[in-house]
Amino acid sequence: MIPELGHFALILALILAGAQAFFGIAGAARGDARWQAVVRPAVAGQFVLVSTAIGALMYAFVNFDFSVLYVASNSNSALPTFYRVAALWGAHEGSLLLWAWILATWTLAVAILSRNLPTSFASRVMGVLGFVSFGFLLFTVATSNPFERLLPAPADGRDLNPVLQDPALAIHPPMLYMGYVGFSVAFAFACAAMLEGKLDQVWAKWTRPWTTMAWAFLSVGIALGSWWAYYELGWGGYWFWDPVENASFMPWLVGTALIHSLAATEKRGVFKSWTLLLAILAFSLSLLGTFLVRSGVLTSVHSFAADPTRGLFILGFLIIVIGGALALYAWRAPLLKSPAGFEGTAREAFLLYNNIFLVVAAAMVFVGTLAPLIADALKMTPLSVGSPYFDNLFPILMLPLGALVAVGLHAAWKRGQLGNSRKRILLGFAAALVFGLAIVFLGYGPGKPLTPIGVVLGIWIILSSLIDPVDRLRRRLTLPRAIIGMTIAHIGLGVCILAISTVESYTVERDAAIATGETLTMGRYAYRFDSIKEIEGPNYGGVRAEVTVLRDGVPITVLHPEQRHYWVQRSTLTEAGIASRWNMDMFVALSKEVGGGRWSVRAQLRPLIDWVWLAAGLMALGGVLATTDRRYRARATASEPALAQGSAAEAT
Amino acid sequence: MSRFLIPAAVFLALAGVLYVGVVHSPNKSTMQSVLLGKPVPAFSLPVLGNPGTMLTNSQLAGRPWVLNVWGTWCPACRDEHEALLAISQQNALPLVGLVWKDEDNAAIDWLKQLGNPYSVVAADRDGRVAIDFGVYGAPETFFIDSDGRVQYRHVGPMTQEVWNREFLSRIPKGALP
Repeated sequence: MIPELGHFALILALILAGAQAFFGIAGAARGDARWQAVVRPAVAGQFVLVSTAIGALMYAFVNFDFSVLYVASNSNSALPTFYRVAALWGAHEGSLLLWAWILATWTLAVAILSRNLPTSFASRVMGVLGFVSFGFLLFTVATSNPFERLLPAPADGRDLNPVLQDPALAIHPPMLYMGYVGFSVAFAFACAAMLEGKLDQVWAKWTRPWTTMAWAFLSVGIALGSWWAYYELGWGGYWFWDPVENASFMPWLVGTALIHSLAATEKRGVFKSWTLLLAILAFSLSLLGTFLVRSGVLTSVHSFAADPTRGLFILGFLIIVIGGALALYAWRAPLLKSPAGFEGTAREAFLLYNNIFLVVAAAMVFVGTLAPLIADALKMTPLSVGSPYFDNLFPILMLPLGALVAVGLHAAWKRGQLGNSRKRILLGFAAALVFGLAIVFLGYGPGKPLTPIGVVLGIWIILSSLIDPVDRLRRRLTLPRAIIGMTIAHIGLGVCILAISTVESYTVERDAAIATGETLTMGRYAYRFDSIKEIEGPNYGGVRAEVTVLRDGVPITVLHPEQRHYWVQRSTLTEAGIASRWNMDMFVALSKEVGGGRWSVRAQLRPLIDWVWLAAGLMALGGVLATTDRRYRARATASEPALAQGSAAEAT
Repeated sequence: MSRFLIPAAVFLALAGVLYVGVVHSPNKSTMQSVLLGKPVPAFSLPVLGNPGTMLTNSQLAGRPWVLNVWGTWCPACRDEHEALLAISQQNALPLVGLVWKDEDNAAIDWLKQLGNPYSVVAADRDGRVAIDFGVYGAPETFFIDSDGRVQYRHVGPMTQEVWNREFLSRIPKGALP
């Protein structure tokens, strides 16, 4: 009964989403106040209905209702409660429902927080969001109904994919979707502006907090996925350039470009059509990410099922949404005029360079990810570029971008004289050079050619980010949250470059077959394989080893790598044993028993690896702080004096 | 105007590529089987319900046959079961079941309850033979010709349509009973 209720609620939500789209867009076009008055109640109703649907599915999971096919396929009576809830988004149907629910949530937030915006604009924004929601709900109801019954009900379920039975991965999809879906708000703002034929600096100010918030969620989502891959897949790396990882990274790169170009549009009224295009692109890449993962066109560790019908449906939806938005762009964008130019070393220029590097990087990832598909379409031999392509090209784009950040932070709007700042920039660079080279050559020893460059650059960005805020504090000026947020996020970037450079150069790695009592030596460190025992968990059995880490012969910590056999799905999973120190991780994973009591193990020492995720956390924190800046909360907006500078280009 | 059309044009080209990718993906799953055109992997497995007897690949040689990989734990196998029953009525090809990583009793109960479309079912309890066949998820169905070579692999539930198009058509002319 409850699942049918959920299904029914989902169908009602679909109808309401259609109403929201129609009355929002058509109502604003006709200037009909009564039509537009339908929109907010439709948003609220849709939120309640989609919440009912997701609640019904969660109820089925928590109460072991194996007569629901999706529950039977992704849960089991031995599965702990926490994972029964997380199992909801463990596969295709539930993931879509989660997507729809998060979209309903973002839309509700827009409905509540857009009361001060002009009615027609707000209606259009919610109308576009309603259209996107309609597409997703239709997809769910038509091809991927999570409430489908399985009668007669099996006695027990097939269990959740063991790979997904992990706390970080349980919250990874919701975070990622908060980011993906959050970009739909920026997209809707862009479409509304194009429909309205008007884009001014106030528009950029409205759009910024939504975009930054979505970007912060996406940062956390990506970092969680990377962290999970590190300790769960047992390969010991933090990024594999896997198609699904790339699918989340592309919107992040473009989203990063977008939040910077929005800043220029807001402050100086420049890059208007470019900002619109980025807003469309960021969400398009989010949709494309969903398409790549869910249609199974690219196979990877993440794809659960290949289904051409679903693939075609999503593709059709992509063509309507993205194609429609780009057609609108081709029609409306030429009418937008950007005012006065700027000099080549003004802040605008640095933001432009930033955008070029980020978008080229996203294009590079895009080509690499889709290479197999493109080769297939052109009837060339199957081609997969693999990580050497990314590993070689990505730093070439990111290192100059880092240098631009360190310098550009001191540039002023409009006028290019770096003037007084020049001394600071050089001072910061000199300090970073001394520090960085000391760390590299005295601390670790020379690594790869790019290592000293990366380390110096990372430190330079951190110092450079701090100069202005520290100066402001010294002069007893207030420090708005926007600036604190920006500083923290840029420090995050510096930490990220520093950490990746270090981890890529100084990781010590050994694969060996080893028996109990034996020791594996790596420089000053040694791993002693003490024992291996049988263990039993709620829904798995397996073995756990005890490995003592010694430094200069003195035991410093004990690692417990495991290998688990999940009974129901009959699969084997590695749980790495990891001890984290502030400056490095000690890592060991059991890979397989090779006979005679010997196990092949992968042992690693990874310096600064945790800093990679710390960096993502800093970026996200910076984003959240910037979003909560007072000026976004200020009531005025619609009544704010229209910013002059010939920004409002009316389209006819 | 023209430069603002570039994004839409690029997107259209991309949509074309994605379309080819989606439409090709069923082919891809057959192409990915390295076994195509190769001799069927050698196996010797106990017969379901009669564990004393073994079924081997050599016993099946000499005429085309079909191997269907299934399990009682697999919802999609339940979906295709009715189609398999209908297909078995037509007696076109011997339908050999490979019950994959399953309890014998559960599998026997399932066949009793839902009907048995198979000429014979081999029990692959530890899943080793399925690995040799490159199976990555049940159900999967293979066509093996009279020389004992794998000619076709179908991933996902069997339907009458797939059967007519991809399996019946592969029987050499004159070999039909």
